[in-house]
Amino acid sequence: MNVTITVNGAEHAADVEPRLLLVHFLREVLSLTGTHVGCDTTSCGACTVLLDGTPVKSCTMFAVQGDGREVTTVEGLKQDGQLHPIQAAFKEEHGLQCGFCTPGMMLTGAALLKENASPSDEEVRWAISGNICRCTGYMNIVKAIQTAGQEMAASTTE
Amino acid sequence: MATEAEEIRGIGHSVKRKEDDRFIQGRGTYIDDVKLPGMLHMAILRSPYAHATINGIDTSKAAELPGVIAVVTGELMAQHNLAWMPTLSYDTQAVLATDKVRFQGQEVAAVVATDPYVAKDALELIEVDYDPLPAVVSPQQAAGSDAPVIRTDKEDQKDNHIYSWESGDKDATDQAFTEADVVVSLDTFYPRSHPAPVETCGCVADIDPATGQATIYMTTQAPHLIRTVFALVAGLPEENIRIISPDLGGGFGNKVPVYPGYVVATAASLLLGKPVKWIEERYENLISTGFARDFHMHGEMALSKDGAMKGLRVSLLADEGAFHSDAQPSKFKVGLFHIVTGSYDLPAAHLSADGYYTNKAPGGVAYRCSFRVTEASYMIERLVQNAAYELGVDPAELRRKNFIPKESFPYRSVTGFEYDSGDYHAAMDLALEKVGYDDLRKEQAEARKEGRLLGIGLASFTEVVGAGPHHDYDILGIKMNDGAELRVHPTGKAILKISSKTQGQGHETTFAQIVAEELGIQPEDVKVQHGDTDNTPYGLGTYASRSTPTVGAATAMVSRKLREKGRKLAAHLLEVSEEDIEFEKGKFFVKGAPDKAKTIQEVAFAAYTDFPDGMEPGLEDRAYYDPPNLTFPFGTYAVVVEVDEDTGSWKVDRMVAVDDCGVRINPMIVEGQIHGGLAEGYAMAAMEQITFDEEGNCIGANFTDYLIPTAWETPKFELGETVTPSPHHPIGAKGVGESATVGSPAAYVNAVIDALWHLGVRNIDMPLTSAKVWEAIQEAKTSA
Repeated sequence: MNVTITVNGAEHAADVEPRLLLVHFLREVLSLTGTHVGCDTTSCGACTVLLDGTPVKSCTMFAVQGDGREVTTVEGLKQDGQLHPIQAAFKEEHGLQCGFCTPGMMLTGAALLKENASPSDEEVRWAISGNICRCTGYMNIVKAIQTAGQEMAASTTE
Repeated sequence: MATEAEEIRGIGHSVKRKEDDRFIQGRGTYIDDVKLPGMLHMAILRSPYAHATINGIDTSKAAELPGVIAVVTGELMAQHNLAWMPTLSYDTQAVLATDKVRFQGQEVAAVVATDPYVAKDALELIEVDYDPLPAVVSPQQAAGSDAPVIRTDKEDQKDNHIYSWESGDKDATDQAFTEADVVVSLDTFYPRSHPAPVETCGCVADIDPATGQATIYMTTQAPHLIRTVFALVAGLPEENIRIISPDLGGGFGNKVPVYPGYVVATAASLLLGKPVKWIEERYENLISTGFARDFHMHGEMALSKDGAMKGLRVSLLADEGAFHSDAQPSKFKVGLFHIVTGSYDLPAAHLSADGYYTNKAPGGVAYRCSFRVTEASYMIERLVQNAAYELGVDPAELRRKNFIPKESFPYRSVTGFEYDSGDYHAAMDLALEKVGYDDLRKEQAEARKEGRLLGIGLASFTEVVGAGPHHDYDILGIKMNDGAELRVHPTGKAILKISSKTQGQGHETTFAQIVAEELGIQPEDVKVQHGDTDNTPYGLGTYASRSTPTVGAATAMVSRKLREKGRKLAAHLLEVSEEDIEFEKGKFFVKGAPDKAKTIQEVAFAAYTDFPDGMEPGLEDRAYYDPPNLTFPFGTYAVVVEVDEDTGSWKVDRMVAVDDCGVRINPMIVEGQIHGGLAEGYAMAAMEQITFDEEGNCIGANFTDYLIPTAWETPKFELGETVTPSPHHPIGAKGVGESATVGSPAAYVNAVIDALWHLGVRNIDMPLTSAKVWEAIQEAKTSA
């Protein structure tokens, strides 16, 4: 089946098997390997991408369902050579260890911050409760997302 | 010097991690990101039965599917003498089953295809004729005289018993119990869990048919050990094997063993002359790879009336699964469980253990734990609390009375360890102060009057890490020593090559900081290389919190070697004798004349451009480290919970963790390690268990049934620290990656039991699900 999907601002047309998962389209067809697969059952969130701005688990969507839509992956966070505030904050606050869940966490966090620029601890924890991290105990991930929110608020008021 | 020198960001600095830049941009290279030209894809067919005879395997339909290149069975592997492989515990394990299957999820056949989807389609076309056999699902059942023998492949194995193991002095311990005023006991099952790193296991095996060079990209925490095992298993010349462990998406012990998938993919690449990739699905990871714990334990403590601990007796049954493949030092059958005397000055102790085969997955690994220390710590810390209640004294007081006093270190335990250093009173006092212990006890009494169940639990653990000294510690005979190679380039930048393998612990930053501390080269100027056996020194890898105790020490030692050579070079440049040169923070200077100085960068340049006659050029060396002893991190954790009597649910109000891991190299990273361990400790206490039904079906080999805490369930943590350096480690560090998983499960459970003790609840086995807590409350009420 022919699909046209806009990924990180660039349009990609491809002929794909109907059963091809979106995550495999991103990883294998487009070689965007920052999106990871952790569980195959929509539980861990390592494969989270933004679909028209909303976090979705790309291991549980077919590529054909993305036809005509816009996908943002971790590779699309950096703009004009500048790290997205959430990327900078994850490093600053030690919000990652092995890095495997990090792309999904950052995208989920970025989507939350669009809706709510200064989320409480509980609001962050609820928002990322579809993303599993085994390394950090979440403490610094929560902090990183809040720090990114503060950075973004500060830069828009400048 | 024209300007004030920039501060060297060595030990004690929370340097931001060097590895983060690639991870936050999605530029890490994990195993599934490795793609080679012409690469084929492999999928594994697994047994639906826990125990069954294989009558035949028909692969013809699978082989005919377009895109399928080969179907591999045990029979084919046997032709190459690869149907079985050695385990890390001197047993054997089936690579692909030939005679019978011995656990659900066991590897039966593999398909290699041009596309991973096709490989999985083909699995459904393989027909296996099984005759199911009765399954053995517990060590108690395995020990029964009528239990079916699982290891019929082993000629002299007539039952399911694997080993008996003892430690301590039985007679002295029996005597202590005879003379005791008070004896408390605990029967508890430490359930089977799984490390479940978010990235599963996998490999890309690439054997060049022209040269025989085998390059194997593999999710392994121990690349050098794996290379040697591969050389032994496959008979490949070791110089032609290159193991590359790429970025690992977590390990926690799961990525130490050799799994059949690695061997089959390598054999397939050898047979087909093409690279072969195998990536586990999550269910495969949970159902077949290294589990953890699964100890059925009985513990007893003898005390005098005044609360002095007199003796400790522990017996346990270990459920080892179908093949004995624990990844641990070969001398010790239940790892370092004999640390079970913990933080206490116990005059007598005895441990006995028996391991049994069962129809479950093999691979007893240390899930974020230094070889069964988690189980040991859990047992002693639960017993101490029970003893306190039995004697009617506060659990903190009983600990205080029996702690090994600070002045007794180095301390020889009755089970044979020599504890290097400790100050247990200080760590506990700080934890009690931070949590507000005395006020909490009052609050608890008030709450109880209102019908609220508040609980306060403590655990004062002692870890044992850094295996280890060569006379006692080896895996398959290979001594557990590690190395570091350091080369300073002419421009004063450096490359450090280490035998450990980071899985998120931050080695690329931490070890660069050790070089910074010792040589004065800033950490950002030190590139740290790891994971590639062709380009790093030999060593046994990263698990059991051993990297800082072993590789960290080797890094300090090699840096010091270069410093000594630098001293010679500086003497040459400054035209003074070597004895007149002093070194501080990256600067060699003349004694008494600090302005006459050369920086490490100037000295490095001279090592290639202006060295004295007779000196070997370059600034480069290596060090292998054989630790004189293990290290013993410790701490006290204090947990406050509230239990809902009506539902059995409980939530953590506070978790205060005071850790002493000796000198902290990068405090930010250390705290991150503790956070992670506290979360995984909570996971074990509250949620994680791999369960089986009577037929040996693994219930819940996925993340919707094997529950891993998300941010929503995970408690918030408050940390504190004391610093008691290791006297024998070159920089006084002890290792910290696993302290929190070792110490915290007992603290969480003690808190829940503390809330329910007055109702008559004495034990609930982990995980403390609300259903189990509720049942325990009902049972206590009924029998009251």
